[in-house]
Amino acid sequence: MDPISDGRLTLEGFSVAARAFADKWKRHNQSFPPWSWVPLINRTLLVSNKQEEGYLSLEKIFILSSLEESPEEESLDVTPDFLDKEESIDHTILVQNVENEAHYYDFHIVYSASYGVPVLYFRGYCSDGKPLSLDVIKKDLPSSSVSLLLESKWTFITQEEHPYLNRPWFKLHPCGTEEWIKLLSQRSSSGGCQMPVELYLVSWFSVVGQVVGLRITLEMLN
Amino acid sequence: MANEAVKFVWEGAIPLQIHLHKSEVASHPAPPPALVLAPRIGYLPLLVSLIKPYFKDSLPPGEDSIWFDYKGFPLKWYIPTGVLFDLLCAEPERPWNLTIHFRGYPSNILIPCEGEDSVKWNFVNSLKEAAYIINGNCKNVMNMSQSDQEDLWTSVMNGDLDAYTRLSPKLKMGTIEDEFSRKTSLSSPQSRQGGAEMDVAGQVKTARIPVRLYVRSINQDFENLEDTPEIDTWDEISYLNRPVEFLREEGKCFTLRDAVESLLPEYIGDRAQTSEEEGEKRTKDGSEEKDGSPMTGEIKLVRIQGIEMKLETPFSWVVNNLMNPEFYLHISVLVRTPQR
Repeated sequence: MDPISDGRLTLEGFSVAARAFADKWKRHNQSFPPWSWVPLINRTLLVSNKQEEGYLSLEKIFILSSLEESPEEESLDVTPDFLDKEESIDHTILVQNVENEAHYYDFHIVYSASYGVPVLYFRGYCSDGKPLSLDVIKKDLPSSSVSLLLESKWTFITQEEHPYLNRPWFKLHPCGTEEWIKLLSQRSSSGGCQMPVELYLVSWFSVVGQVVGLRITLEMLN
Repeated sequence: MANEAVKFVWEGAIPLQIHLHKSEVASHPAPPPALVLAPRIGYLPLLVSLIKPYFKDSLPPGEDSIWFDYKGFPLKWYIPTGVLFDLLCAEPERPWNLTIHFRGYPSNILIPCEGEDSVKWNFVNSLKEAAYIINGNCKNVMNMSQSDQEDLWTSVMNGDLDAYTRLSPKLKMGTIEDEFSRKTSLSSPQSRQGGAEMDVAGQVKTARIPVRLYVRSINQDFENLEDTPEIDTWDEISYLNRPVEFLREEGKCFTLRDAVESLLPEYIGDRAQTSEEEGEKRTKDGSEEKDGSPMTGEIKLVRIQGIEMKLETPFSWVVNNLMNPEFYLHISVLVRTPQR
């Protein structure tokens, strides 16, 4: 398959890149469960003849916000930056919730045909299945990602419908992805700006994963 | 200058008869239903200021979190009202009886809605996505001045086609306009058939068209549209948000059929294919296909802007005349799934 030069993937390219990414993840990130490929054959009685269509899924990831920083410290550092004054009034209550409850996250990597890039969808929920609001989720995010979300006008979280599950999920908006992937591929290979399809999702996730606190190992980029 | 079909689309409206959900009636007698005219290109939350006065004295105490249902089926507010009607009322019901809820928002099913701001955000977000599909980037939407963006949104909210026609060229979604309107204006249907253009290298030209396709699948046969079963969950509807590659080939007219086929290859006539892996035999009208290959489902109805479409209609006409103001063409399809 031709290398990527314009920052975009085709549907077929996504399928190839997704499998390569899942393989590398399994080999180099053994502390995490593997990503699984969810094929979209026969969804809701429709029969897809595109066998390559599907998405990557990593579910029930337990995230402890205290791994990054202690909750007190995080709330001091982070709150004034992204919360309005009115909202920070309930802040103490929310922090208590964060401390007391286990939070689980599901992550899906879905191809966007409109933007020609992968999109990270995610949702958080408590052990009883109750969904987490964005305000609560932001407290679970590493503080570095909060600043990333603030600095870059292209990286932001929105709540939208999961394209295949018919339910509200959060996603990192893909409208800037093509541009920063181009920059990334220029930096990685001296001179040219080409990236093998197999490395696309690894490079992409090295940026996107950080936002949600999932880091990839350096070996994966080789 | 907007043409006549576009005017019809903008003036299109659905008479709604809105009932307050019985669990929220805190007055005696219960309030009578409210009658409102809902613009096809509009969104349900934008009607709240019209509807609320009818019910505000009947509501129990508490904070509003407004949503609508049709026969108990929660309606997605981010789908244009006309599309919801086309999709959920195979046999049009007039007035359309909807139920309004001021409490108990089903946040596991519907995206939260903070009133007009959410609807505007949804509109601009769709506009950006359409621009990305058409132009390859969304710079023109991002660079539009705040006041122009505000005016554009107001024109959609008020159904003010003149204002929209004045403002939308600033988005420079020129490709669609130039490519298609030029052709439709200088050609009759006959000359359009043979009039496809080739570029210098003689290659087939393509353009990407933003399309949202809603497919309602029914697995039993039915003769009349009024016999279609009621919908219980959104899982009975497949949603495809995927651009259509508009192909121009010499001597061929790219039709609505070609567009729908590119999105739903398994449902169009003799060229249909099904997954080899399925390996199941399907029957159509009770008979097996000659070569014993799997049979396909059947498209019963394709509806756009309330019009039951002929699949032979040139797709360029459909796009130019029937798209919504966010440059998306919303297509509602009713299919009968293969018999198993």
